[in-house]
Amino acid sequence: MLKIGVPSKGRLMDKTFDWFGSRGVTMRRTGNEREYSGAVDGVEGVQLVLLSAGEIPRELSAGRIHLGVTGSDLVRDKLADWSAQVAEVAQLGFGHADLIIAVPACWVDVDTLEDLDAAASAFRRTHGFRLRIATKYHRLVRDFLTANGVADYQLVDSQGATEGTIRNLTAEAIADITSTGETLRANHLKVLEDAVIHKSQATLFAARHADWGDAAPVMKQLVAQLGLSLPDVFRPV
Amino acid sequence: MKAAIRAEAERLCAAFRAAGAQPVEADILLPADALLDLYGEDIRARAYITQDPLRGEMVLRPDFTVPVVQAHMAHGADPARYTYMGEVFRKQDTLMPRASEYLQVGFEVFDRSAPEEADAEVFALFADLLAPLNLSPQTGDIGILMAAVRGLETTETRRAALLRHIWRPKSFRRLLDRYAGRTRPHPARTRLLKALEAGKLPKTGAHIGLRSSQEIAARIHSLAEDADTPPIPAKQAELLEDLMALAAPAPQALERLRDLAVDMPHISVAVERFAARLRAMKARGIDVGALPFETGHGRSSMEYYDGFVFSFHAADPSVPVVSSGGRYDALTKVLGQGRSIPAVGGIIRPHLVAPLKA
Repeated sequence: MLKIGVPSKGRLMDKTFDWFGSRGVTMRRTGNEREYSGAVDGVEGVQLVLLSAGEIPRELSAGRIHLGVTGSDLVRDKLADWSAQVAEVAQLGFGHADLIIAVPACWVDVDTLEDLDAAASAFRRTHGFRLRIATKYHRLVRDFLTANGVADYQLVDSQGATEGTIRNLTAEAIADITSTGETLRANHLKVLEDAVIHKSQATLFAARHADWGDAAPVMKQLVAQLGLSLPDVFRPV
Repeated sequence: MKAAIRAEAERLCAAFRAAGAQPVEADILLPADALLDLYGEDIRARAYITQDPLRGEMVLRPDFTVPVVQAHMAHGADPARYTYMGEVFRKQDTLMPRASEYLQVGFEVFDRSAPEEADAEVFALFADLLAPLNLSPQTGDIGILMAAVRGLETTETRRAALLRHIWRPKSFRRLLDRYAGRTRPHPARTRLLKALEAGKLPKTGAHIGLRSSQEIAARIHSLAEDADTPPIPAKQAELLEDLMALAAPAPQALERLRDLAVDMPHISVAVERFAARLRAMKARGIDVGALPFETGHGRSSMEYYDGFVFSFHAADPSVPVVSSGGRYDALTKVLGQGRSIPAVGGIIRPHLVAPLKA
């Protein structure tokens, strides 16, 4: 049996079902509307596991599911050395969102990372603490700022309504997912011009450390049906 | 294995005591905010932080240097030599087999009299203790690099910005290219300066956040000022780059640095300190003729060092640095609240030493 984890609700679930459906693999929920169970037709031996998109990286990492559909941002942020834990099988072309850094629009002197770095240095001198960036994407943001040599900042955790943290004086800048930028503008924020941390989209991942024993033949059939090739690192025995 | 590592740590600590060091203890659970602010981003990101109901945010000791300097500044003798041994904790954000809890044994010298002597004393002691392991030493001197930056013909603001990024080579390079006029400013910058010249800054709506309008105005002012600053002369930027790229056995490096000092007279004092250190090392039996030196050594990993730096590596590149250290005079000033004392020291990681011996 090959277990595939799919987001359990909303547009991400619908679009995932559409994507597989248009390639001859039909996914559907079973039972009543509130029950998280599902079925797959078109390829024998595939079990559908409905999960919160945020939990799919962890389930892949633990090898409790063989395949999983989730945002590429979540996998990169939640898994240390993500590419050693999962392999990308296919980018699904929906669920697009950019992880960006935004600052108050009134900061007319800050448009780039270099500006942010200079502002952070002056901010620390003036206020006696490091400029705060609110985010829930700690690993991605930290790695990006380190790679770009930004200093004198600190990350503060924000699990929701991140755009409001600046007005509430709990952060000076934010790093968050945006698809249109409307929420940012409504909150008097602007995006740094050179700080797209990650362009995320829904992606089909394979777990490297899952037990692929009897799932391997199913996997071969499934990728053939989907018109994909086996991931380079996927070497079932 | 743990017992073997502890025995190794105790052996090293005893050797440091025999070299005249007082044993010193530090808490494992330390107040987070004051401590983490002093380290670079790397240690900050990797510290285990936890919440104490009465004392607020606390951190599991990520390193000994800061608590030892704090203890010394509070009630230390002058001069003083310390040794310590204990666990440090650092999160590992990789699947590579790296320990997140390991013993660290260290030796620190606080001495005003002869800094180069103290540098040599520490290095010779470490080299001697590590000699059976056939490690490769590497040395450098952040002080020479800092002196070179301080001597650049440009504004104090630009020198300060470059000094701030000494430990981040990529940002340093970007700034140097900008200040030397080799790269053009970002279009957003040009746009802002044009708007400023025309006397109309872009409309932005409501002011939000803690960073005040005055702070924004001050930065705009300094941007305008910077735009009028002539570039750092090409010759000076090239000399600085030659200096940063220098990697050679110590005697050849010294010769080259003395050549460079002809055109960069402001580095002479730091270069002669390097020469004095080599003499002191030689007097202590170090084979300085073969000692590798890189001006940029330690730039990306050791944020609080500001002078001599050293490390010892195993032949296998997958083994982390076995031992490292250096001079951190400025840190004692930050922690001493007005007072300071020249300080140099280093650490050995016994969990890496023990398997090399096996």
